[in-house]
Amino acid sequence: MDKNISFKLRYWRQNGPKDKGHFDEREMKDIPGDTSFLEMLDILNEELVNEGKEPFVFDHDCREGICGMCSLYINGTPHGKTERGATTCQLYMRRFKDGDVITVEPWRSAGFPVIKDCMVDRTAFDKIMQAGGYVTVRTGQPQDANAILIPKQNADEAMDCASCIGCGACVAACKNGSAMLFVSSKVSQLALLPQGRPEAARRAKAMVAKMDELGFGNCTNTRACEAVCPKCESIANIARLNREFIKAKLDD
Amino acid sequence: MWLCDSSIGRKVVMSLTGLALILFLTFHASMNLVALFSAEGYNMICEFLGANWYAVAATLGLAALAVIHILYAFWLTMQNYRARGKDRYDVTDKPAKVEWASQNMLALGVVIVLGLLLHLFNFWYNMMFAELLEQPKMGGLHATDGYGYIAQTFGNPVYAVLYIIWLGALWFHLTHGFWSAVQTLGWNGKVWFCRWHVISMVYSTVLVLMFLVVVLKFALCGSCC
Repeated sequence: MDKNISFKLRYWRQNGPKDKGHFDEREMKDIPGDTSFLEMLDILNEELVNEGKEPFVFDHDCREGICGMCSLYINGTPHGKTERGATTCQLYMRRFKDGDVITVEPWRSAGFPVIKDCMVDRTAFDKIMQAGGYVTVRTGQPQDANAILIPKQNADEAMDCASCIGCGACVAACKNGSAMLFVSSKVSQLALLPQGRPEAARRAKAMVAKMDELGFGNCTNTRACEAVCPKCESIANIARLNREFIKAKLDD
Repeated sequence: MWLCDSSIGRKVVMSLTGLALILFLTFHASMNLVALFSAEGYNMICEFLGANWYAVAATLGLAALAVIHILYAFWLTMQNYRARGKDRYDVTDKPAKVEWASQNMLALGVVIVLGLLLHLFNFWYNMMFAELLEQPKMGGLHATDGYGYIAQTFGNPVYAVLYIIWLGALWFHLTHGFWSAVQTLGWNGKVWFCRWHVISMVYSTVLVLMFLVVVLKFALCGSCC
């Protein structure tokens, strides 16, 4: 059994994208080490509601590390320092010490305006996907699975790229507010497979153009994104996107 | 034009100009080494690269590369600053694998430009520029006496220290800039990442040492040994 800990929590309050925002502070008492970070915030909200105060707003959904909804910047790291690559929901209070000061902030980036408190608007990622992150599907009889042969290595690599959950930690960590790790993973998951090749050039151009239009920054290869990615996406994907994009532009 | 309109295009311009400048530095450093063993040989190179049309044309091309690299650097940094949003994080924690140089390329670049201005003042102004003005004795020594100018400049400990700081900044800038340029051009992957990283470390270090050895030689024992 883990010991219970007490600590000071500083959490960001902001009423909409135009509001200036500020930190609220609260002493959290006797929180068991097995509590997940989000459960700890549930305890905070219970206390706030019982006191008749407005609860603290944050994004969360599946709470098992697969949906990419939770998005908290904890003590200077997106998703906090988890045991392994994992999202905020799989960060446990045993990672903190008694008497710690824990600072919780939203993803801060021009591409992700704050909706309220630590909930940010990440529809920019959906718009990038809509610009070209798909394979055009022709309806009709499905063909035999063995008709298109795919090397195992490529299939594995494409699967790794597809494991990106679009949480936005890469943008949050990047000093340039660049979304290149996300976009490159989404381009790579299709570029590596034969089904994705016919539309590869159009896809790379459309998705990069949308990313630029939405105000994300220029990648300078600092590798901060890779270091915090809960799904361990590699900047090799960014090189692949650069390759796809440059090739597409030179072919024009 | 995609080299201006798209983020990857702008980075491609940074990469290509950066790599071309590394190539120039390689030539420059190799020529400097001649000064270590032959004053006549070095001055012969200075004469060859004086106010001849090909050397002036190459200098203009080089200046264009440097100016494009610097202008794009400020442009990209401004866009990136805006993309970061107006609110800054209260607490930040740099991951261990993020290199210091990678996050301070503009600051390092500014130091390099300042050093470059000093360098142009110490050498180019007294050499190629003096020849262009047809005043070969403008800096006291003859415009093609590069060896003499090296001895004079690095004999002054203040200049020697400033040049060493400059070379330090250049080393940091190159250790990130080299592999980053290759990455931006798309010539990278999981296997090549480590290789490019090592290549850029070794190449930058050797290059900077080639410059440094000339500064140290003339700073510590002048033209006597």
